[in-house]
Amino acid sequence: RREFSSKLQNERIKKNCDDEDASTEMGEGLDEWAAAKTLIKPPDQLELTEAELKEEFTRILTANNPHAPQNIVRYSFKERTYKPISYVDQMAIHFSLNGNMILKDSDEGRCQNARLSTEAGKFIAAGEEEAEETGTAEAAEAAEAEELPPPRPKERKLANQFNFIERASKTLNNPLRDRACQSEPTPCKNFSATANQWEIYDAYVEELQKMEKSKEKEKPRAHIAKKEEKRRGRKSTSLESQSDDITKVSKAAKIMERMVNQNTFDDIAQDFKYFEDASDEYRDQQGTLLPLWKFQYDKTKRLAVTAISWNPKYKDLFAVGYGSYDFMKQSQGMLLLYTMKNPSFPEYIFSSESGIMCLDIHNDHPHLVAVGFYDGNVAIYNLKKPSSQPSHKSSAKSGKHMDPVWQVSVLFLSSNLLLFMWNLLCLQNELVHTDVIKLSVEGTTMQGPEGLQLQTFGCGTSFDFHKKIDYLFLVGTEEGKIYKCSKCYSSQFLDVFEAHHMAVDAVSWNPYHMKVFISCSSDWTVKIWDHTIKTPMFIYDLNSAVGDVAWSPYSSTVFAAVTTDGKAHVFDLSVNKYEAICTQVVVAKKKNKITHIQFNPVYPVVIIGDDRGHVTCLKLSPNLRRMPKEKKGQEVKKGPEVEIAKLDKLLNLVREPAGQAGR
Amino acid sequence: MLEETLKRIQAHKGVVGTIVVNAEGIPIRTTLDNSTTVQYAGLLHQLTMKARSTVRDIDPQNDLTFLRIRSKKHEIMVAPDKEYLLIVIQNPCE
Repeated sequence: RREFSSKLQNERIKKNCDDEDASTEMGEGLDEWAAAKTLIKPPDQLELTEAELKEEFTRILTANNPHAPQNIVRYSFKERTYKPISYVDQMAIHFSLNGNMILKDSDEGRCQNARLSTEAGKFIAAGEEEAEETGTAEAAEAAEAEELPPPRPKERKLANQFNFIERASKTLNNPLRDRACQSEPTPCKNFSATANQWEIYDAYVEELQKMEKSKEKEKPRAHIAKKEEKRRGRKSTSLESQSDDITKVSKAAKIMERMVNQNTFDDIAQDFKYFEDASDEYRDQQGTLLPLWKFQYDKTKRLAVTAISWNPKYKDLFAVGYGSYDFMKQSQGMLLLYTMKNPSFPEYIFSSESGIMCLDIHNDHPHLVAVGFYDGNVAIYNLKKPSSQPSHKSSAKSGKHMDPVWQVSVLFLSSNLLLFMWNLLCLQNELVHTDVIKLSVEGTTMQGPEGLQLQTFGCGTSFDFHKKIDYLFLVGTEEGKIYKCSKCYSSQFLDVFEAHHMAVDAVSWNPYHMKVFISCSSDWTVKIWDHTIKTPMFIYDLNSAVGDVAWSPYSSTVFAAVTTDGKAHVFDLSVNKYEAICTQVVVAKKKNKITHIQFNPVYPVVIIGDDRGHVTCLKLSPNLRRMPKEKKGQEVKKGPEVEIAKLDKLLNLVREPAGQAGR
Repeated sequence: MLEETLKRIQAHKGVVGTIVVNAEGIPIRTTLDNSTTVQYAGLLHQLTMKARSTVRDIDPQNDLTFLRIRSKKHEIMVAPDKEYLLIVIQNPCE
């Protein structure tokens, strides 16, 4: 029993203890059954006496859990102390296993069955591979097939709040990118215009010009190419618009200069236009010359005015030729054209190597100026062309052109030709050459076959063509004779007048009367002739060499003469046959000799040139411009006939055998 | 040629200043100081346009050739061109 009880004891102790003793128990059991062996005492067994070994101990089997605590104490809040619990749970759980069996008839059971049957149905259709499930499936199906025919429709989902999973899904968002594109803005410009009447007019005019140009372009193509080359002066001004910008202001600048001058010389301009010397009424019949402008230019200070001529078209434009009368000193020459509108600077300037002796302007082509030089050449300057050189110049081809050209006269023959005649001073005192040169306007110079050669006894210094009778002209010579010649008679003159004792400086036909001409000379006299009578009608002695004489364009009886002592004399035969009605010093310094005088064809002014290069413009006072008085009741006839008649009357008085008019 | 003309004008007696203005009213050449030039150019340009418009409205075949403004102190003269304007200020000697 001791062994048995000790076994039980051991068993209990070892059961409650850990597994460490399990092996010892097993060993002892085996030892017991094996055979009779000597008891092996473990080394740590208690050494007990016999008495102690025989002691009996009582053991009671109770149902108490030896491991349950016996003194569990709990805090009681009511009494505020720890109190022992009366009853301690003695249950000791040896083994627990969670089962998962569900009652068939419960709700959950039925649900599960239904689910299983549907799943089984699927499996049966697929194939019977899985044995367990098949079995259950068949049973389930058989059982549940009738019971739950409509399993599918309503299956409430069991809300399981503890098993809640939030599900969300997000689509892939493409990353956004900004893309911008900008085109270049079209250039904008503000444009504004007004539609005026004149804008419309301008547009029409432009259109018209374009049409005309296109027509013109068609025309030349029809002609031969040769003619195109010859055609000159057809500049298309529209193409020039792209040239230098500021030169376009030149026209405006020109006008401006004139205006500025007008301002400066305002009083003179006013005088020119409006001033009429009131004191003339008290002066009997005397008149005065009122000085207006004075034209001078730097480069002509040393030169003498050798020729003046008014432009036939532009009444304020006049040409002045500069040279020298001093045969020892000959320098360069100049041709200047001034306008009364701009007294401070000439409009056109031409310079030449040789001094100019004479000039003339073509009547129909007022842009052509013919000039005779001291060295015997003749040149034509074209004012329309900007160059400062003459457009045509005669060259010393033959020995004829060796001497100074004293006078140039331009005649209009036909629309294309210019006729030149000039008069040469021959040093040898023998011949007077009068060459006729035909010059076409287009430009080719041809020497005319006609050469007039006059055998005279003197050298020509001046000549004048008759205004009406083309072929008739007068030649004044150095010796004082005046020859009446005709172009038709190339070798002989018609008549000769023993005019003066010294060189004849100027001859001039009367603009109205057919027969009358005037001559002046360095022998101090001015004589008026009738070309049919050998002796002069009137003779005037002016006390000084007379440089020039000119008829007035408005009256047949008025003429002016200038002398080298600086005086200008104006005569009116209808007023005073014997004396000048005006004698006036017109140049500043005494040593200034006046060389030329010209009447303006329109305005009551004269221009006077002197040998210092100055040109002075003077206004004629009313007395000098007297028109025939109106007789009461009679009409005043105006016109050339009146003038002629007037002069005729005077001449008749003189033509009496009483002879020459007195001084 | 033009340069000489302008020089002569400027050197003339009594001329205070000369201005050349282009079609847009901008001064191109001047002999006066900047502020005065700009002022003159702007004002006179407008006035010239107006004057020209007036003349042409009355008769489209006509055109303005010259404009003169006489004031107490001096005289302003404007010569218009197709693309340019020439302005001269002068003290008339009185």
